[in-house]
Amino acid sequence: MDITFQQVVFFVVSLLMVAGAVAAVTARRILRAVTALLVVLFGTAAFYFMLGYTFLGTVQITVYAGGIVILYVFSILLTRSELSVRARLSKSKLVAVLVTSLTGLALVLWLLFTAGFSMTALPEGYELSPQLIGEALVGPGKYQFVLPFEVISVLLLACIIGAVMIARKR
Amino acid sequence: MEYTLYILLLPALSFLLLALAGMKMGHRTAGLIGTLSLAIVAVLSWWAAAEYFTMPRQADGTLAALRPYNVEWLPFTDTLHIDMGILVDPLSVLMLVVVSTVSLMVHIYSFGYMKGERGFQRYYAFLSLFTFAMLGLVVATNIFQMYVFWELVGVSSYLLIGFYYTKPEAIAASKKAFIVTRFADLGFLIGILIYGYVLGTYDFSPSEQSLMQGGLMMPAALGLMFVGGAGKSAMFPLHIWLPDAMEGPTPVSALIHAATMVVAGVYQVARLFPIYIGFAPQTLHMIVAVGAFTAFYAATVACVQTDIKRVLAFSTISQIGFMMVALGVCTSADPHEGGLGYMASMYHLFTHAMFKALLFLGAGSIIHAVHSNEMSTMGGLHKYMPVTHITFLIACLAIAGIPPFSGFFSKDEILAACFRYSDVVGWVMTVIAGMTAFYMFRLYYGIFWGKENKALHEAHRPHESPFVMTFPLLFLALVTCVAGFIPFGHFVSSDGTIYDIHIEPSVAAVSIIVAVVAILLATGMYFRERQPVAVMLQRRFPRLHEAAYRRFYMDEVWLFVTKRIIFRWVSRPLAWFDRHVIDQFFNFTAWGANATAEEIQPMQSGNIQSYTIWFFVGIIGIALFMLAF
Amino acid sequence: MELNLLYYLVPGTVMMFCGVYGFFTRRSLLAVLLSVELMLNAVNINFAVFNRFLFPDALEGHFFSLFGIAISAAETAVAIAIMINVYRNLNGINTDDIRKLKG
Repeated sequence: MDITFQQVVFFVVSLLMVAGAVAAVTARRILRAVTALLVVLFGTAAFYFMLGYTFLGTVQITVYAGGIVILYVFSILLTRSELSVRARLSKSKLVAVLVTSLTGLALVLWLLFTAGFSMTALPEGYELSPQLIGEALVGPGKYQFVLPFEVISVLLLACIIGAVMIARKR
Repeated sequence: MEYTLYILLLPALSFLLLALAGMKMGHRTAGLIGTLSLAIVAVLSWWAAAEYFTMPRQADGTLAALRPYNVEWLPFTDTLHIDMGILVDPLSVLMLVVVSTVSLMVHIYSFGYMKGERGFQRYYAFLSLFTFAMLGLVVATNIFQMYVFWELVGVSSYLLIGFYYTKPEAIAASKKAFIVTRFADLGFLIGILIYGYVLGTYDFSPSEQSLMQGGLMMPAALGLMFVGGAGKSAMFPLHIWLPDAMEGPTPVSALIHAATMVVAGVYQVARLFPIYIGFAPQTLHMIVAVGAFTAFYAATVACVQTDIKRVLAFSTISQIGFMMVALGVCTSADPHEGGLGYMASMYHLFTHAMFKALLFLGAGSIIHAVHSNEMSTMGGLHKYMPVTHITFLIACLAIAGIPPFSGFFSKDEILAACFRYSDVVGWVMTVIAGMTAFYMFRLYYGIFWGKENKALHEAHRPHESPFVMTFPLLFLALVTCVAGFIPFGHFVSSDGTIYDIHIEPSVAAVSIIVAVVAILLATGMYFRERQPVAVMLQRRFPRLHEAAYRRFYMDEVWLFVTKRIIFRWVSRPLAWFDRHVIDQFFNFTAWGANATAEEIQPMQSGNIQSYTIWFFVGIIGIALFMLAF
Repeated sequence: MELNLLYYLVPGTVMMFCGVYGFFTRRSLLAVLLSVELMLNAVNINFAVFNRFLFPDALEGHFFSLFGIAISAAETAVAIAIMINVYRNLNGINTDDIRKLKG
């Protein structure tokens, strides 16, 4: 049983991601939680790279890590919400939440392992070429995505205006 | 003859206009709108009659029945559908003329009678509604359309009887009229359903073949329909609403409760006459019995009433009994063989409508003058009201059967038809005709001669009515004088062919003698100031007088049946069941919903997280459920 | 031992349910939103993984992830704007503070 470098990287990243996810929802201080989220997001980007989706991984880092997390930090500072981030939960509610979450987790994992997906590994050294992505993104044909692309642009525009309108001081 | 549609539409439009905008109008405008539309309707009806009866006859000597307008309204199957349309045949044209003429006279008369009355516009709106409904009833092309308008007539009658809605008696009377006739109409409706079920059509002339297959269902269906007709036409024992209906304004009594609506039952029987003759002769015998008994009963009661409108009401019941008997004594469709009664009945319907409307309008004129219905406030009025007096006398002579007034001719035909059917019925009807003459002249003398209530008349001098009120009296009196010379058999007869009316000398002689004797008797008893014979009779038979005065306790019998039997043994248990079982069931469901809501209300905390927990639990539950199955 | 589909999916699933847990337990709206980001991220991973392993020739999953990232960015921007506004009005962004909208 030989362990390749890729596998080592995968397990390290996976462990980091799981640890980060748990930390993100349990940390006492919200800045720590955001930092843990950042770790998770980087791990996700690493997954995308390993899958050969280089462009997607890049977007993940720039948009999520670079944009959204910064937004979080700003809003935390603006709203002084670092205090008392965790709910003072009653025992029974905590138990109920834990039970439902774990049941859901067990259910999904069980489904994954019994669904009978084909267990082939990935070919080495594959990368989705940016040219293909570009053509698919702005091509009007079948399996091409110019319409969602345009819709997303409009959505983002609406978001910019909406966010400014909502957050603006009266 | 497409213009017959306007005969129906104009009153409807006038009703809508007056009902919606009437309160914005002045009295004069509203009355003029109603009267003018009715005048047009009357002219159109007369025109239609002239055009129809001068039409060339078909090969078999009948006039073709026309349907200038007919729409299929509710189709059920290929053959069974409810139409709305206009049927023009001798019977419906006759009724059109009667209804529109009397209605026009009443419209004109009401100008004077209802002058200054509160709700004058409403009154005219209701009159238009009634006229519309009645015209729709008589031109109905099928039994169901007839039923629809039949109920509409009932409603407008209810509205008009209860016109003085601040008077408790009027309200009670209107409810009584509506409930009793509605109760009878249940029979009509069931009869219609059986008719439609057996024959597969609502048409008035179903195919011979389906009628043959009907068997005993036809007499049953027609008998049930006759129950409805008996309710509207106030046949014993469903007559109890008509005397009370006199609480309505007097012109309304003239229109609805004398001339038009109450003969709807007669019209219904006449309309289905071919089926009666061919397939349900048993029912005709029943009609004779009911009609004759009603005629006798009502004549007896009419002899002792003191309210002049009540006397006229019972006289109406009695005369409708005559018409029913005349229809019932028919034994074949051939007017020469045994179908004479049909023609006689329709003839009497026509003449009676005119002279009874005249009597009622005359009574209205008298009530207008003395402000009371009671005979004790009248007497000696001939000095004050000459026109009313003369026209009233003409009407009394007509109803008593004195030639040459119209009533003589139609009543003579009825008696002749009865004598052909059986001597017993003939003599009974002759006696009742004599009683009619007696009580009508008792009424006449009681109002215009007899004992005058001088104290009252000096305090408030009675006066003749204005011309708008006397004109209808004069017009109807004229019709009453000349209607006897109309060759009525040329227009309406049992099989549609021409029948020449001829007076049977023996029957005519007997009836004239009986009428004259009865009139002389009444003259002897009631003409003078002192009335020793009448007082003596009343003293001698106090219980009989009291019983007749109280209408032989028929109302009490009905009250006993309804209150003591139906209410106590049927309605009370049903009410108990309704309150304790059905209501409690729904109370329980309501209480359950309420309690559940109270229980789950805290879940509605406003905390988004608790909502999503439930949502998530639901998702997991559904996922597990779908996996398990 | 080769890295097949399941290896990639398990961390995503764990991430998803961490998000669910956080969503239910956190009091601060910001932390709740953060949990939502975790869930979205897990979903995006799933799309990409399924696309890569099961339909290597197609691109739908890839683009769905891409658009998902864009949409979550938009959502975050608006949500944070709302939160700042709520903070201004209610002086706090805890879930307890915003019960006023209940019927």
